[in-house]
Amino acid sequence: MQPFRKHQGRAVPLDRVNVDTDQIIPKQFLKRIERTGFGEFLFYDWRRTPDGKPDRSFVLNHPRHKGASILIAGKNFGCGSSREHAVWALSDYGFRTVIAPSFADIFANNSTKNGFLDVTLTEDEVAELMRRSQQDGYQLTVDLEQRKVYDDRGFSASFQIDDFVRHCLLNGLDDIGLTLQHESDIAAYEARHPSPWSSNA
Amino acid sequence: MTSKRTLFEKIWDAHVVSEPTGRSPLIYIDLHLVHEVTSPQAFDGLRAGGRPVRQPSRTVATVDHNIPTEPRGTPILDPIAAKQIQALQKNCKEFGIRFFDMDSPEQGIVHVIGPELGFTQPGLTIVCGDSHTSTHGAFGSLAFGIGTSEVEHVLATQCLAQRKPKTMNIVVNGRLPEGVTAKDLALGVIGQIGTDGATGFVIEYSGEVVRGLSMEGRMTLCNMSIEAGARAAMVAPDQTTFAYVKSRRFAPQGEAWDKAITYWRTLVSDPGAHFDKILTIDAATLAPFVTWGTNPGMVVQITGRVPDLNGGDRKATEQALQYMGLQPGTPIENISIDRVFIGSCTNSRLEDLRAAARVAKGYHVNPKVRAMVVPGSQAIKHAAEQEGLHRVFQDAGFEWRESGCSMCLGMNPDILQPGERCASTSNRNFEGRQGRGGRTHLVSPMMAAAAAIAGHFTDIRNWKFQ
Repeated sequence: MQPFRKHQGRAVPLDRVNVDTDQIIPKQFLKRIERTGFGEFLFYDWRRTPDGKPDRSFVLNHPRHKGASILIAGKNFGCGSSREHAVWALSDYGFRTVIAPSFADIFANNSTKNGFLDVTLTEDEVAELMRRSQQDGYQLTVDLEQRKVYDDRGFSASFQIDDFVRHCLLNGLDDIGLTLQHESDIAAYEARHPSPWSSNA
Repeated sequence: MTSKRTLFEKIWDAHVVSEPTGRSPLIYIDLHLVHEVTSPQAFDGLRAGGRPVRQPSRTVATVDHNIPTEPRGTPILDPIAAKQIQALQKNCKEFGIRFFDMDSPEQGIVHVIGPELGFTQPGLTIVCGDSHTSTHGAFGSLAFGIGTSEVEHVLATQCLAQRKPKTMNIVVNGRLPEGVTAKDLALGVIGQIGTDGATGFVIEYSGEVVRGLSMEGRMTLCNMSIEAGARAAMVAPDQTTFAYVKSRRFAPQGEAWDKAITYWRTLVSDPGAHFDKILTIDAATLAPFVTWGTNPGMVVQITGRVPDLNGGDRKATEQALQYMGLQPGTPIENISIDRVFIGSCTNSRLEDLRAAARVAKGYHVNPKVRAMVVPGSQAIKHAAEQEGLHRVFQDAGFEWRESGCSMCLGMNPDILQPGERCASTSNRNFEGRQGRGGRTHLVSPMMAAAAAIAGHFTDIRNWKFQ
């Protein structure tokens, strides 16, 4: 998993609240069995008109936001279905982080499994970033080491993040390996609580 | 432990494997439900890491999201879907996991068959790569949805690192009025607290109304709780629960049953236990609900109207009304529909089908409407057929289909065309959920059946049953 320490890049404002995972990655793309290649389908129904052509009115398609790697969005980002494909799509498209006033639980969990950083700022701070990111050539820095978001035009805001989540993101740690370090605890629990079901023949 | 604990805390404490410093506690997972959409990459990860499934006997799989609801044996037209289903078949065989395939008489929507088969029991921790895993909390278990990486993690370690959520008690007093169901209660709650009202919380539902719900009603209620952002939802087990679980194929038997019941009886919140938030609802204030917008919180009573742009979030309302093709102020009962879907893990169980059939009996689906009934499992389909419900539906012009997730999320061919308006007993009315440009209105099974016949939304409380 790629570590996340500090990232500077272009930001794109998605001025919508309650962006659900059906919008982020519609269901027809969940049929894939790979983890990769989802970026093409990110926000599919918003990015494209029904005949498949790019919808010029959608913010991601605006030339100014080409190559953006920071998404700014409204509250309750990632609500709805548990599909981790939503994080894969954002990541594969080129985003490294989303900044919003709040995130849905399952999406937030899924983000941490993919080196993808969810940054929670206040409504006012997010609104300010939405404004600034519409300026040509605007660059934003998301600094996980310092827990800060800042630009070179006077904006600076701190964000809270769980220490352990931060530790894993900074070091690109693999969850399963970490858990298996507790093998003896797991085995001890299992000895006290054997499975009530037989193994499948 | 001598301090007072909630039901959630009792289950949580009983499942902590270890509490590593600086990391979230490791929780043991008793039951891992698996389906074809969120598992292929997880099994690939296991293979790549050279890891086996740690507890195959605690892992149960089925196919539900992608499969057609045409008669079994009809080939799957979508090659990508077929590939995904084959992947699960191969993975279950390779890793030794119990699998209820399309041709199994026990196949169904994963959150329907878990309880049917007796896998879902009080006091368990249950996970699945699907957000509606919250359904199983109806049995007094801690059940929640996870993403594919966590699916792989559970397969490999049978544990999950979880930050302990906060607790919310929703107390529902009084009596559900006639025509008002568990689905309406759920929509009422979400309408009140919003789609992020319970984010970070596990909800425990209590009160006389909840006690009075059948297991199926409790499942509907817990199922919908994710739409309020809840981490999980639960109802303390009682005699209703025990009666449902007893004698099911994978439930404890004999001595094991006696032991289980003794433990399950302790699974109640201690009087005076602390909840981080408490919400009280008077059931008399509830009515049949209909969603008008593009999330389950955008909901109003059947006698109400599409909202105007002045209250709440103007921009979000405007966007929703534009997508849904609705004018502010329109009475809900004036909204015509094109399609009806009775199905999904929310409302596809036998009581749901009986309720819908009771409405449909003696009537016919409006000629402008296409209506579909998708039973939640093969077992439900056969039980319904034993009772002749399928004939009631078919005589009334409803299509009677095979079991699966179907039009809830339209991964199989059961989808809405752009602009089609659907009365649906499912759980999400997001943009495009049932098909790009499709317009979903969430309702109870009775309200869906009534809308199919009337051709528009109508108040079930005034229905003339034949």
